Amino acid sequence: MIAGGVTAGSALGDAQAAAEPAPTSRVALTVNGTRRTVTVDNRTSLLDLLREHFGLTGSKKGCNAGACGACTVLVDGQRVNSCLTLTVRLEGAEVTTIEGLADGDELHPLQQAFIEQDAFQCGYCTPGQIMSGVGCIKEGHTGSPEEIRESMSGNICRCGCYVKIVRAVEQTAGRK
Amino acid sequence: MHPFDYTRVSDTREALNAGRRGGRYIAGGTTLVDLMRETVERPGALVDISDLPLREVTVTERGGLHIGALVRMAEAAAHPKVRTLYPVISEALELSASAQLRNMATIGGNIMQRTRCTYFRDVTADCNKREPGAGCAALHGYNRTHAILGTSDHCVATHPSDVAVAFAALEATVHVLGPDGERTVPFADFLLLPGHTPHREHALRNGELITAVEIPALPRPLRSGYLKVRDRQSYEFALTSAAVALHVRGGVIREAKVAVGGVGTVPWKLPAVERHLVGERPSDALWEAAASRAADGARPLAHNRFKLELLQRTVERQLRIVGGTK
Amino acid sequence: MSPQPQAAVGAPLSRVDGRLKVTGKAKYAAEHNVDGAVHAVIVDATIGRGRITSIDTRAALAQPGVLRVISHRNAPKLPYRDNAMSNKSNNPPGRRLRVFQDDRVLFHGQPVAVVIATTLEAAQHGASLVKVHYDAAPPSTELTKAKADKPTKYARGDAEAGLRNAAVRMDLTYSMARNHHNAMEPHATIARWTGDKLTVWDKTQWVLGTQTEIAAAFGLPQDDVRVISPFVGGGFGSGLRGWPHVIIAALAARVTKRPVKLVLSRKQQYFGTGFRPAYEYRLRVGSDRHGRLAAMAHELDAETSSYETFTEGVLPPGQMLYSTPNVQQTYRTVPLDVNTPIWMRGPGFATASFVIESAMDELAHKLDLDPIELRRRNEPDEDQSSGRPFSTRRLRECYSVGAREFGWHRRNAKPRSRREGDWLIGMGMAAGVYDTARMPAQARVRLDADGTAVVETASSDMGPGTYTSQTQVAADALGLTMRTVDFRLGDSLFPPTPPHGGSMTMASVGSAVLDGCNQVRRQAIKLAVEDKESPLYGVDANDIVVRGGRLHLKNNPTRGEKYQQLLSRNNRTHLEAQGSFAPPSGTQRYSFYAYNATFAEVAVDATLGLVRVRRMLGVYDAGRIISPTLADSQAIGAMVGGIGTALLEHTVTDHRDGRIVNANLADYLVPVNADVPDLKAIYLDGEDREADPLGVKGLGEVVMIGVAPAIANAVFNATGRRIRQLPITAEALL
Repeated sequence: MIAGGVTAGSALGDAQAAAEPAPTSRVALTVNGTRRTVTVDNRTSLLDLLREHFGLTGSKKGCNAGACGACTVLVDGQRVNSCLTLTVRLEGAEVTTIEGLADGDELHPLQQAFIEQDAFQCGYCTPGQIMSGVGCIKEGHTGSPEEIRESMSGNICRCGCYVKIVRAVEQTAGRK
Repeated sequence: MHPFDYTRVSDTREALNAGRRGGRYIAGGTTLVDLMRETVERPGALVDISDLPLREVTVTERGGLHIGALVRMAEAAAHPKVRTLYPVISEALELSASAQLRNMATIGGNIMQRTRCTYFRDVTADCNKREPGAGCAALHGYNRTHAILGTSDHCVATHPSDVAVAFAALEATVHVLGPDGERTVPFADFLLLPGHTPHREHALRNGELITAVEIPALPRPLRSGYLKVRDRQSYEFALTSAAVALHVRGGVIREAKVAVGGVGTVPWKLPAVERHLVGERPSDALWEAAASRAADGARPLAHNRFKLELLQRTVERQLRIVGGTK
Repeated sequence: MSPQPQAAVGAPLSRVDGRLKVTGKAKYAAEHNVDGAVHAVIVDATIGRGRITSIDTRAALAQPGVLRVISHRNAPKLPYRDNAMSNKSNNPPGRRLRVFQDDRVLFHGQPVAVVIATTLEAAQHGASLVKVHYDAAPPSTELTKAKADKPTKYARGDAEAGLRNAAVRMDLTYSMARNHHNAMEPHATIARWTGDKLTVWDKTQWVLGTQTEIAAAFGLPQDDVRVISPFVGGGFGSGLRGWPHVIIAALAARVTKRPVKLVLSRKQQYFGTGFRPAYEYRLRVGSDRHGRLAAMAHELDAETSSYETFTEGVLPPGQMLYSTPNVQQTYRTVPLDVNTPIWMRGPGFATASFVIESAMDELAHKLDLDPIELRRRNEPDEDQSSGRPFSTRRLRECYSVGAREFGWHRRNAKPRSRREGDWLIGMGMAAGVYDTARMPAQARVRLDADGTAVVETASSDMGPGTYTSQTQVAADALGLTMRTVDFRLGDSLFPPTPPHGGSMTMASVGSAVLDGCNQVRRQAIKLAVEDKESPLYGVDANDIVVRGGRLHLKNNPTRGEKYQQLLSRNNRTHLEAQGSFAPPSGTQRYSFYAYNATFAEVAVDATLGLVRVRRMLGVYDAGRIISPTLADSQAIGAMVGGIGTALLEHTVTDHRDGRIVNANLADYLVPVNADVPDLKAIYLDGEDREADPLGVKGLGEVVMIGVAPAIANAVFNATGRRIRQLPITAEALL
């Protein structure tokens, strides 16, 4: 995909070149059903857009490198790592975060299942787990506990709630 | 992350124009954005190729597979044709990364992904791949996950892809499109050994774009599969891996395709192992004898000597899983 | 006083903050909306030791949006008053790192500058453009090669003689890798000055410790600093002291006169906060032919920094877990060019237990004894380190319940005797112990005229469920429902509490909450029995209980009235009390510990050397369990943590320049979902009346102890290979 693999040492490292304002773009996207138009620094990740600009801090920054899953959201219905998603690329996209999952006061069944199964402790990875679980169920990777475990392995829980996370996903998938 | 300009292109001509002007193509972005954040990558302009019509998986006239460069890893893994014709590809994809990353990353991007070498990823460390002539910190540093095959004194970094190992085994071809038109590159020639120039990683010329990976038709019945050995059960790069495809007819192995991962500076094809298998009848003894050639020519480093033994055992195990017996 | 009915305590309730957490509304440190906050990003030293010779900040400052770059060249001098370890600080002995106060670099990654910018992108980019030049010296980071400090020693009897005369002797050396907490929430601080007063939102397990550290660093009165931390995204110990970045955030805010938000990157957690130190540990064991221990000699070396001497509770298990007449211990810290370690879940005890419990398994095998039987034979009658009786010690019961529930009888004592396809299957067990610590704590309780209550303590909830379990305690003591109690924590304005660690929150804070609620309930009862208009007028206060917000006669529930009626009739807007708890001073009469027996079944790939845990069971003697659902989660969570320690976790340093080479979550491996199939926890019913008013012994730490050795012992049973090094990876088993 990427031609000319090495670009280290680009001129942008120098003060002179870098003193120009960083390029920005105008992007229109839908977040939790609300259409929003923003002008963003091209470097702004979806995760930073949500957390720093939209005040939607439910999506978490755990590693900022695609290695923990705490930032998981749905983009056009698919679970992705929002930390590795550049906002500038999301023209026309539909984003669903943990804040957009419940129907008013009524929790999404997986949110409810997380409470019932006590599938979290500190709660920091929880929104990412739930969004990932929604994706997992939607993708149909719920045929067995093993399949759920594998499919949910992109979400690290340091408090170690995995057994209960699997139960919550199972419970929710079973209801469908 | 250094600032960059951004354009989104809608057709290949537009893409090539932008590429020729020095723009970096971005597809899934899972490697590129990560490395940009580490300032390992500092492109001045990104060319978003997501909208290019390269998202089809088709069966070729001869019965092979043509996988568009922008097909997502998850889509390719789940594709019925991929699953039935080349399980080794599906398995390699499904054992890669996480469900989220597989929803983002593409086939073309996957084979272009850059090494996980910790010194490469840390701009304050010496790395010939990042900065030609700087030296290789990994050579005498911490190198448990590094390569034992295809290394040079200038670079010992492992190629991280799983599916590229399957592609190497199956002798895929890479379709590329550039300012001078289309061409194909045999997979074996696509990713480059480090040698004296570890910063040159692939055969793409300036501004060229991968459009597809083609898997040649292989005689049927073909059994294939991918084994990935790693410390934890999931979400980790391979310590060792093996992609195996066998065509057995009349009780005799007629074709054998074997490549290994986690051990090479590029996905590592094992012709000696393949030769050992062809013309023989499957047996545990055969698997063991063939696999004993898997680490031929390997040069272990201080912390990865175990990969010599592990690699042979990985190949033996996967030959048995695919070829049966015991 | 009639005992209150226990409706909430002991009931399997779900978390009171559950809804906030599953909807993304719980606010962690970096998520508080502070108007006008700008972003700070730290520049880390890229050498392992030496001096800074120059800093070029021009390129960074030329970036639009970059407000300031602060380094030792331009930072204000900070008083850094002494704040040595006390009930207000966890700073270990030494001279703590003083940010930007001189040109010295003490370890790779040490903060050398901070870039403050109006956007996160500009701050990050600016930080990458700061060019620092150094005069570098080779760092010393190898535990086995550096010179140790003077040891801490313990001895009873004559261990050398005991070993000489023992019928069976073993001389074993273990090494345990450095581990990092890696809580999912990165450490983060928002600092805002209002005049000379500072408000800080911080990820901390101790708002008070952070408050005193900031006050000491800046030379402020303690009360001029307010620290707020309502939610903590995991801690495991990393939040037990105020780290340099907290001071940097406050400093940056003072210099720029703007509120500043500073979030450590994942990489920066590895040198910006502490870690569980690596150990080299030699253990010599002598026993008679029946397995009765005669002597143990421990010699252990542990990492610490060049500037602070960190020690932890690595000695007690060797002194009290088994009956051992002759014990000697030599504990040496080894100063290295690294940042200072800190406690990590099961601190010290987890490390010592891995060694002792592995050795016990080895001894059992040598003597052809069942590992449980060997432990039973060495069960002490008293704490041999103090001569005191144990308040409660039900380790024997943990063994028998565990053996029964786990199916221990199915274990074949002969290693390598069970095989399923390519997998060798083995079972192992280990005992665990952790001390029951308690410290002074206070709580403010207010019962309002509307029949609801507010309880405030400065405590934390890093995940165990402090909000929930303290609400349970308060609800029962006040005779209210869970919904009508609002328990608040994580604010230095609230009454002081000890660090949220060492398994002392329930014993200490819970006892203070209990006391405060009991006081308020008694006030209400007193008001009622003295109020002529109350249906309870003239009744003996001791005959009254409160249930569902209604005071009534214990034996006649129909006679009574609600708090609301009582308070409004008496024109009282509220009743309130300051609850407190302090552990008894002076010599203790008992030895207080929590215990467990942990069992593991593993599968080891016979040729590929991979270890996969199949199932685990922990049986715990932790005193009274306030919140069974939460306790269950804590125990199985600790098993997951222990699986990490046993099989995956290892912070790797490149000794050439002191760089941590796997400072990220793709290379520092922690367990993922697929690593964890089947975990079960059983708490023995009971309480420890001597320990504290609630009868609890603490459980967050003890559940971690014994996990790693149980797994290692199962690996031995599966393979016949004894691995004395953590983590146990494929290369050791090939």
